[in-house]
Amino acid sequence: MNIFDIIGPIMIGPSSSHTAGAARIGRAAARLLDDEPVKAKITLSGSFMRTYQGHGTDKALIAGILDMPVDDLRIRDSFEIAQKKGFEYEFILEDIPDAHPNTALIALEGKNGGCVTMRACSVGGGAIRVEELNGLAVSFTGAMDTLVISHTDAPGVIANVSSLIAGLGVNIATMQVFRRNAGGDAVMVIETDHAPDNDSVRMIRRLRGIRTANLLLKL
Amino acid sequence: MRDYSTIQELIELAKNAGSISEAVLNAHAESGEDREEARRRMTESLTIMRESVKEGLNPDARSVSGRVGGQSHMLLRAVKQNKTVGGEMLGCASAYALAAAECNACMGRIVAAPTAGACGVLPAALFSVQEEKGYSDEALVRALFTASGVGRVIAVRASISGAEGGCQAECGTAAAMAAAAIADLAGAPIEACMDAAGFAIMNIMGLVCDPVGGLVEVPCVYRNIMGVACALTAANLAISGIRMIMPVDEVIEAMRRVGRQLPPSLRETGEGGCAACRLYKQEDPA
Repeated sequence: MNIFDIIGPIMIGPSSSHTAGAARIGRAAARLLDDEPVKAKITLSGSFMRTYQGHGTDKALIAGILDMPVDDLRIRDSFEIAQKKGFEYEFILEDIPDAHPNTALIALEGKNGGCVTMRACSVGGGAIRVEELNGLAVSFTGAMDTLVISHTDAPGVIANVSSLIAGLGVNIATMQVFRRNAGGDAVMVIETDHAPDNDSVRMIRRLRGIRTANLLLKL
Repeated sequence: MRDYSTIQELIELAKNAGSISEAVLNAHAESGEDREEARRRMTESLTIMRESVKEGLNPDARSVSGRVGGQSHMLLRAVKQNKTVGGEMLGCASAYALAAAECNACMGRIVAAPTAGACGVLPAALFSVQEEKGYSDEALVRALFTASGVGRVIAVRASISGAEGGCQAECGTAAAMAAAAIADLAGAPIEACMDAAGFAIMNIMGLVCDPVGGLVEVPCVYRNIMGVACALTAANLAISGIRMIMPVDEVIEAMRRVGRQLPPSLRETGEGGCAACRLYKQEDPA
């Protein structure tokens, strides 16, 4: 436990879980899109669904998608900012069965045809957990610089990625692999001690079996 | 070993380091962050805390529901007109706590300490005591390190989440942190500073989390005032030399147990306590 989690975060109120956490969830989705977001469909579940207006959860989610950090005063005006940018959004209020009480499901579309669907929950104190990516169950927090790589489940794919990262001199702190079924869709989640640069991420994208690779900088 | 997970361990480290704030800083530096960077971040936190009090005093601010905003301005005005009881210091402490909490409710920028809902207690304690005694900002930053060490122990051994432990975990922890910080500023011995935290937790034990409409508004903003009053009185007990009759770690453990014993309706679900009260119709736009 870090003392700046006790005195901190510096954030826009009123709620670390319903405002700061929501902004982080939006930002995570945008960074996993790898395209300029133009349209969002956001499902709010549980406590998010019941108290989102009073907590500014909706404004914070949109602000996050527009890449604002949790202490950005523009969070209050994110709807107007979105409108000026021509960013369209829609909120759906619907309980997602068995989900954490503070859950949002975000479907994002990008300017160049990119799309991503992400489900995440706000677990307290502004911390979040991404639980589903494009329909695949995952689990990561964005508390560290994180590489999120969608790939085909095949021999050697993971080894190629990890040896490329080793070649960059980047230390892997944790690594997880999630897959739908043998030989099917899979996601690698790699937390690193310092972030690889964009060129390195592009190199990862060119490896055999890799579909998308995105860098989720510490949220 | 320079890390701590109990108050007793923090006391031992503080005795070796010369002060609680130095021991907290040492342990933090052990985790990899530069000491100067940590001081810079804590100084920034103090600055944001001061701004949050100032912004909260804006008479025109309103929360989304309209129930919160403008109250701290009313309170401070009454204090300055000498209409309130308890003297200017207590009046200002109350108004500052309410102001930062209102800033939070109105989507302003605050420092969670330890949470957003309890963000008024620590700034109110520090700034009102600074006005009374003339402590420097550097001294206040050291007091913030002391407070963060106490808060860290409570977070690890009990909880700082209203959903887990009720309001005692939020405003109670904030009061304990502020009490230790004030006792430290006043030059109390290391054990006495920890006793200040212990008195604060003891006096707030069992407080429920019952937000009306599930929002961080009522009673939350007013509980911040109760939190700073609790902190000031607890600090005074310790400063005067009165000792706790049990170890502070035991009181923190008791707070954890009490939190678990609270029914879910009294842990931030917006169902029990004040949240179950009928509201005046004209005040219920939600």
